[in-house]
Amino acid sequence: MLEVRNLHAAIDGNEILRGINLTVKKGEVHAIMGPNGSGKSTLAKVIAGHPDYEVTAGEVIFEGRNLLEMAPDERAREGVFMAFQYPIEVPGVSNAQFLRLAYNEKQKHLGLEELDPLEFKDLLKERAKVVEMEASFMTRSVNEGFSGGEKKRNEILQMAVLQPKLAVLDETDSGLDIDALRVVAGGVNQLQSPENAVIVVTHYQRLLNYIVPDFVHVLANGLIAREGGKELALELEEKGYDWIKAEMQSNGTGAPAN
Amino acid sequence: MSTVELLGNKEYKYGFVTDIESDVIPRGLTEDTVRLISEKKNEPAWMLEFRLKAYRHWLTMTEPKHWPNLKYPTIDYQDIIYYSAPKQKPTKASLDEVDPELLKTFEKLGIPLQEQKQLAGVAVDAVFDSVSVATTYKEKLKKHGVIFCSFTEAIKDYPQIVQKYLGSVVPTNDNFFAALNSAVFSDGSFCFIPKGVRCPMELSTYFRINNAESGQFERTLIVAEEGAYVSYLEGCTAPKFDKNQLHAAVVELVALDDAQIKYSTVQNWYAGDEEGRGGIYNFVTKRGKCAGRNSKISWTQVETGSAITWKYPSCILQGDNSIGEFYSVALTNHAQQADTGTKMIHLGKNTRSTIISKGIAAGKSNNSYRGLVKVMPKAENARNYTQCDSMLIGSTCGANTFPYIEVMNNSSSVEHEASTSKISEEQLFYLQQRGISAEDAVSLIINGFCKDVFLQLPMEFAVEAQRLLGLKLEGSVG
Repeated sequence: MLEVRNLHAAIDGNEILRGINLTVKKGEVHAIMGPNGSGKSTLAKVIAGHPDYEVTAGEVIFEGRNLLEMAPDERAREGVFMAFQYPIEVPGVSNAQFLRLAYNEKQKHLGLEELDPLEFKDLLKERAKVVEMEASFMTRSVNEGFSGGEKKRNEILQMAVLQPKLAVLDETDSGLDIDALRVVAGGVNQLQSPENAVIVVTHYQRLLNYIVPDFVHVLANGLIAREGGKELALELEEKGYDWIKAEMQSNGTGAPAN
Repeated sequence: MSTVELLGNKEYKYGFVTDIESDVIPRGLTEDTVRLISEKKNEPAWMLEFRLKAYRHWLTMTEPKHWPNLKYPTIDYQDIIYYSAPKQKPTKASLDEVDPELLKTFEKLGIPLQEQKQLAGVAVDAVFDSVSVATTYKEKLKKHGVIFCSFTEAIKDYPQIVQKYLGSVVPTNDNFFAALNSAVFSDGSFCFIPKGVRCPMELSTYFRINNAESGQFERTLIVAEEGAYVSYLEGCTAPKFDKNQLHAAVVELVALDDAQIKYSTVQNWYAGDEEGRGGIYNFVTKRGKCAGRNSKISWTQVETGSAITWKYPSCILQGDNSIGEFYSVALTNHAQQADTGTKMIHLGKNTRSTIISKGIAAGKSNNSYRGLVKVMPKAENARNYTQCDSMLIGSTCGANTFPYIEVMNNSSSVEHEASTSKISEEQLFYLQQRGISAEDAVSLIINGFCKDVFLQLPMEFAVEAQRLLGLKLEGSVG
């Protein structure tokens, strides 16, 4: 489904990703872990097409197509979804209005039927159950005045409405208490299927107790330093990230000392 | 970080010129011009006196060039044609006698004048250059006692009412542009809603400037007697010319005890091209007087056109418990400049006013809010709430807020909130990441920003206004 090959990306001229390789197949759950500044959020944003990042080398192939040539909205309509670490507020635009527009854009793209506000309301009600959200959220402005946990739940609701082929969750667990974490992770698990794939970007192993990964990739200094199964996450939890950094320094793949 | 750049306006679809033979007077302005206009309209002596008084006062005044946040070349008042009327029969017994070319023009503008083709609930007065060419549903309205006609007819048919109220809210010497208008105004709309009548349909005037050389100077007077209610809409467009045209209108509203006037404008005058060539200079004085107790005047404006906008729809809250409201969306793009806002003058006890202003600036434009809230000593327990929000699109435009607050008693309260925001790349990216195109995303953000104002507009106008903002802000991420 997704092939990332030798991906290099920079922001303001600083290279953050320095040659990432990653293969994600249908039905798989991948975890991208790593210390702060390792490039894991950058990887998520580059896949989604954030305009601040410049891809300097490499390629990203999604379902056989070059993702890097597509505008962010095109990628989204093709089925790439990113749950934001910091969801953005859109004052004056109701959640329902926003979600219906997004949903219909996708339907239009796929040549499927668009829904009018009433039909969409029914769909929304159904999908909202996934994240245990109340109807009152739908009439409120997008993310405005939402608590941290509500914002994250709203991200997963959007995922439930858009049903992406590939969902990239960018530190969805940050700032969540344990109950919210359970709801959010439960939502993601419900949406998982043999037809789609999930990339979970996280600093901590905690979330992976709920969303169990098939593969764990550890990033350090813009490179994948370690790969393994879910047990790798537990090892990291125990040892921290320093040993990986140290290992990289010693074999010469670390960043130049500042 | 890349910046949001805006593409040109989608083609301004009202930019066509109607080829029609007109009765045009020589350019320039002297006392003889004023007399000639009055003569052409067969006006009574009192009307000529009103004009001459205004003209003589205008000669002593200077154009307000310093305080508005606007830059434009000096206007040569001798280079303007002050009267241009399409040639047609002087009195029109029915629409059948209106020049088909004019009917076609208004139809093309989306304002069909044949009643069977119209929106059922809206009566229209169509003003073309200097004169009103048709007013619809006049007879039906008359059955309810509502007078809705051109200003010219009003002077002829209802001189007492006109004489009583004309200049009572905006005196002839009020300001430079109001004085000019009082001297040379050629037509406009007149509405009178008698005591206790709720006007059964929306009234509207559609202003069209066609002649490249002429200015438009129209006058609107709306009087709502005790307990009356009226909702009035105003729309305006003009052809594309490289030269600027001057539009200097005066609107006066009078609300007596328990009366309500709701006045909505969607202003879409030609704005000039991307470099700022051409476009309308829009210098307008609009003011309402809540003369009676418990009366209410609401101004709602969506200003998207004109090269220059200078406009402050205001309320004089004279009657006790009267209410003034101002809801505004002002959008400027390319080289447009707007200096717009309101004045709320609290005179009576327990008077209340609300100001919601949304300024959106894009391109190289400049957008200023200027508002005065004045609470006089006798206006006990007066209250005002003001909210002024500006939004910038891109980094080459400007937005300013100039609030003036004067409170002369201790029992009143005035609240002012202001914010400036930018459509951020993050906001755009967020919406795009959900599959919404950059253009639709900008439009969604802007419409959300303006929601509080759009809610005040009559339904058809709200839809039109949203569509218009989308067109004006066709955007892309560069």
